Amino acid sequence: MTSASAPHSLLFGRLTLESIPIHEPILIATFAVVALGGLAVVGALTYFKLWGYLWREWFTSVDHKKIGIMYMVLGLIMLLRGFADAIMMRIQQAMAFNGSEGYLNAHHYDQIFTAHGVIMIFFVAMPLVTGLMNYVVPLQIGARDVSFPFLNNFSFWMTTAGAVLVMMSLFIGEFARTGWLAYPPLSGIAYSPDPGVDYYIWALQVAGVGTTLSGINLICTIVKMRCPGMTLMKMPVFTWTSLCTNILIVATFPVLTAVLALLTLDRYVGTNFFTNDFGGNPMMYVNLIWIWGHPEVYILILPAFGIFSEVTSTFSGKRLFGYTSMVYATVVITILSYLVWLHHFFTMGSGASVNSFFGITTMIISIPTGAKIFNWLFTMYRGRIRFEAPMMWTIAFMLTFVIGGMTGVLLAVPPADFVLHNSLFLVAHFHNVIIGGVLYGLFAGMIYWFPKAFGFRLHPLLGKFSFWFWVVGFWFAFMPLYILGLMGVTRRMRVFDDPSLQIWFVIAGVGAFLILLGIVCFLAQIAYSIWKRDELRDVTGDPWNGRTLEWATSSPPPAYNFAFTPVVHDNDAWTDMKRRGYVRPLDGFRPIHMPKNTATGIVLAGISAALGFALIWHIWWLAAVSFAVIVVTAIAHSFNYHRDFYIPAEEVVQAEDERTSLLAGSRA
Amino acid sequence: MASSITAPQNGEAPVFYLRDEHPHPEGHSTPLGFWIYLMSDCLIFAILFAIYGVVGANYAAGPAPKDLFDLPLVALNTAMLLLSSITFGFAMLMMVQKRVAATQIWLAVTALFGLAFLGIELYEFHHLIHMGATPQRSAFLSAFFTLVGTHGLHVTFGLIWLFTLMAQVGKHGLIAANRRRLMCLSMFWHFLDVIWIGVFTFVYLMGMLR
Repeated sequence: MTSASAPHSLLFGRLTLESIPIHEPILIATFAVVALGGLAVVGALTYFKLWGYLWREWFTSVDHKKIGIMYMVLGLIMLLRGFADAIMMRIQQAMAFNGSEGYLNAHHYDQIFTAHGVIMIFFVAMPLVTGLMNYVVPLQIGARDVSFPFLNNFSFWMTTAGAVLVMMSLFIGEFARTGWLAYPPLSGIAYSPDPGVDYYIWALQVAGVGTTLSGINLICTIVKMRCPGMTLMKMPVFTWTSLCTNILIVATFPVLTAVLALLTLDRYVGTNFFTNDFGGNPMMYVNLIWIWGHPEVYILILPAFGIFSEVTSTFSGKRLFGYTSMVYATVVITILSYLVWLHHFFTMGSGASVNSFFGITTMIISIPTGAKIFNWLFTMYRGRIRFEAPMMWTIAFMLTFVIGGMTGVLLAVPPADFVLHNSLFLVAHFHNVIIGGVLYGLFAGMIYWFPKAFGFRLHPLLGKFSFWFWVVGFWFAFMPLYILGLMGVTRRMRVFDDPSLQIWFVIAGVGAFLILLGIVCFLAQIAYSIWKRDELRDVTGDPWNGRTLEWATSSPPPAYNFAFTPVVHDNDAWTDMKRRGYVRPLDGFRPIHMPKNTATGIVLAGISAALGFALIWHIWWLAAVSFAVIVVTAIAHSFNYHRDFYIPAEEVVQAEDERTSLLAGSRA
Repeated sequence: MASSITAPQNGEAPVFYLRDEHPHPEGHSTPLGFWIYLMSDCLIFAILFAIYGVVGANYAAGPAPKDLFDLPLVALNTAMLLLSSITFGFAMLMMVQKRVAATQIWLAVTALFGLAFLGIELYEFHHLIHMGATPQRSAFLSAFFTLVGTHGLHVTFGLIWLFTLMAQVGKHGLIAANRRRLMCLSMFWHFLDVIWIGVFTFVYLMGMLR
């Protein structure tokens, strides 16, 4: 396609009609489906006159609950895209034997495995984790909102802008063909002159701004906004793990920003950071990106650990076993996660001493993690366990994650890693911990907090179908990869010579189809639950007999969360309140001070996406204009000093009276 | 008030909520949030310093620091930035005394020193590029231009922010919101000063010893 000598026009940069991949029938069909679906959604929104409502109540909202829900929607939409990539790879690898080329050419296949990794980590796992933290943390600490509500809205839209850039690469130009971390020199200008790597860079940079700011925001929220009485050691464990995760975000995402900026300079300016000549050093990139990349996996798993802690304790009807050790284990993991990055490239050749150090630190991480597993088991011990869907996901997690953890310790042994490095064994390992840890945790969390967010439960039977398809599908999809990896099959292969391997890829493909059924059941569960919402309605605000403050308010909570700021005396504050005869206040309501909605976040993020697009396609005038507009918009926003308002006392009275009558109805 | 006091246990009557609004004054999280932002920015500089440490001697048969750096010029440049930090300090002292005009004058002086710093840096870059010592020439020069240039970009944004704040102080006076913003910019400005001391020592002085 485009190369250094490609035509460059003043108006469109290097973007030409040939950038539209009309020669790829799969992409054209995808585009047709996406376009039709998009038109249907736009048409429906217009027909039902929902644009104004969406704009006023959601897009410009600074309410942490609405932003949290928007993050979840983004994550679930991108999950469909990421999973489509996954199942395409599974089909290709199951087909491409005995001289068959499969149905994907190398150019397309390489983009798919890159996009799958990038999307699943940055635009599925991150938004889902951030969304849950956004929704739950302020409620758990008895706050009205986060520290910087406008920044929260801005962060969400920057993440979305990054996702939009990735999706655009599907139909305009191409995505990177480098693998999800885009190692140079392959990702350098000499080997990847096309805009694929530029899509990768700018999507991650735009989304990275959002992630870093949201990290700062949530740290401040947890440190400064806790209600009276909630000392650090009385915080719910999910809030603790969120705090550690956000500290990791702030301590690592700047590294990603810096290293991607340097790669950008290499590609755009011709500097020599990661080139093979003029003194550049590609391994510097590999080191730096993993200094971000390893903490990143803990950024994802720590909140999942928090969710499992809340779920285990709630559904066992017991206080969490070993709260203090759980907190310390989380903090130790946070610190250790920074000291293991080199285990991703033991084969670099850094010598026995360095490899030993990083091998040992890696193995040490299994100690606090093991402590957590025992804490959950002891919480269940002699508990009155209710096998609701979140608890089932938690038990599946414990069984699955332990296997993934053990293969991780195995890979931490440098000599073993030299054999298994870059093989499907590694692919099986990290899917084992990311699906079995992060994703199971996210499902547990989504089902657990769904009634809080919407006021009705998810349908239990469909949830169980989804659960069993996912868990069984996972084992079918990834155990064959362990076996193939031990047999020496490397990752990212498109075709195979040895026919005896095919059966394993077919089994893995069957697993992927079972997971597909799991996803379909999950979506069906949401749709069916919305349809039957009156039967699944919960008016108490506390459907699971919860233990922490988010269950003390109504479902969905009012904009102000709590009419009166709670006061905490114990861990499991809500259990304490229920046990010691808390009586809900019925009078004396005051006006409540709240932040105002603003469109600046979505506007700034939209222009940032335009800036990214301009830089990807070398449309320099658009880049200059959009950059200037971003600066001017930000300055203009800072001239607005009136960003807050009061919810009048009458409105609070009305909302609280409504809840009073609902509660009375539920008791009758 | 009766409903807020629940059944006593152990002779104690736990209070489970506050009748009066818990005070969260506007902007009470801002200093902490800004500090955390500064530390994340510091990390970006840490990476650039680390890169310079790794490839700073990879001249690729091109010019080395001794062939390029003009220490008296850099010393003058450093003086400009350090003086701008002092004058920003004066501006903050005036701000505490609520003296709008004096604050504005010291801010303007700070801006002048900042502009002088940027002018000298641009002159130095122009001179180097003119000599053929471009960022593309070697990994050493890539790292040098990126580290020093990133600092310069920060100073540029600091100046845009400074002029914005001068306009806002002119419009609304030294209200609480503006004092908070000036405090943040002040931290940012001193932070850039500290980074520059690192650049001056690590890049220029130690470069001349190589």
